[in-house]
Amino acid sequence: MPVSVVNSALIYDALKAADVRLISALPETWLVHLIRMADDDPEVNLVRLAREEEAIGISAGAHFAGCKSALLMQNHGFLASVNGIVSLALLYKIPLLMLVSYRGDLGERDPWQTMGGLKTRPVLEALGIPYYLLDDPAAAAMRIKEAQTLAESALVPVALLMTRALMWED
Amino acid sequence: MTESRGGTEGGAMRRIDALEAIYPALRDTLVVTIMGGVAAELYSLGHRPNFFYNEHAMGLASSIGLGLALCLPDEKIVVLDGDGSCLMNLGGLTTTSRYLPPNLAHIIFDNESLMSVGGFPTATSTGADLAGIARAAGYPSAVTVRTVDDFRDEATRAIDGTQLACIVAKVEARNPTSFYMDVHILENRFEFARAARARAGRPVEPAPPQQVGTAGETQTTRG
Repeated sequence: MPVSVVNSALIYDALKAADVRLISALPETWLVHLIRMADDDPEVNLVRLAREEEAIGISAGAHFAGCKSALLMQNHGFLASVNGIVSLALLYKIPLLMLVSYRGDLGERDPWQTMGGLKTRPVLEALGIPYYLLDDPAAAAMRIKEAQTLAESALVPVALLMTRALMWED
Repeated sequence: MTESRGGTEGGAMRRIDALEAIYPALRDTLVVTIMGGVAAELYSLGHRPNFFYNEHAMGLASSIGLGLALCLPDEKIVVLDGDGSCLMNLGGLTTTSRYLPPNLAHIIFDNESLMSVGGFPTATSTGADLAGIARAAGYPSAVTVRTVDDFRDEATRAIDGTQLACIVAKVEARNPTSFYMDVHILENRFEFARAARARAGRPVEPAPPQQVGTAGETQTTRG
């Protein structure tokens, strides 16, 4: 499977270095290595979801408890989470570190991914959620730490869009 | 309501009476409620900093409880859910069951209706069985109770116990006498996080000033 193991490990190590100890996830192709790494790590609580919106509540609970968390989801999962983001995270000022696989963008071959790809950034912008592309392996670890820092200081969700360039090896 | 096959006929309990029966056990417990009448009635019995009222985001009170339970394994977490909210996140029952947090008590007040928006019947009014769904999802224990005495017994057992438990309390479909709550949602959110973190000895919000500088020569800054 041409999902980048090297860059998945780089992202995972950055999450660990940022003291993330709870990771919620719903599997999708680009996330498989990240989820396996979390599953194999006794220091991390991996919460496998039925639907991504649950992760907004789980991370809110983790934040109240003083535990750093991260959310792994596809961009369609982000789109499925919008009410939780609005009515819990934004309303109650809950920081979220959202790592979103950015399907349906440049280079996407699956037609069914493309509408979500086209709508991801407009929806993030409509929600006022700061987002950054995670496309350069050299900058990824710093971006993850910076995103967490901003989320916690502004008490807002921050999204990192993991691109094909970072996650896929053709 | 001719289609109703549920349990609210024939003297179901009032939710406020059920809450009052377990209030002593909730006083010093981390509690997450849903919006509307459940929040207002718990508040009316006496607000505590360890009560969090999830005043929107229907369905996510139980997910908040799961996050708390996983991050605070030495604390009991009580979720006060409702049938309408629970039905919006049935998948969450399966997620919670995967991890079986022994410190989570999931109480669902089932009035078979969406009371705060006019009392429209939910699927429990035509027979959807939330305790059965919870058991089928993997909850090791899930019961339905219809009297205050039974509720007190089962809820107390769940709160004192060491196993994930779900209690579905069939209650009258009636709004609280007042929805008055003199606590702003953000005030409630920050005081609750403070109460939760204090129990784990974790830093409270806002974060303390950042430590910068080289080893052996740290300096406190405020940007």
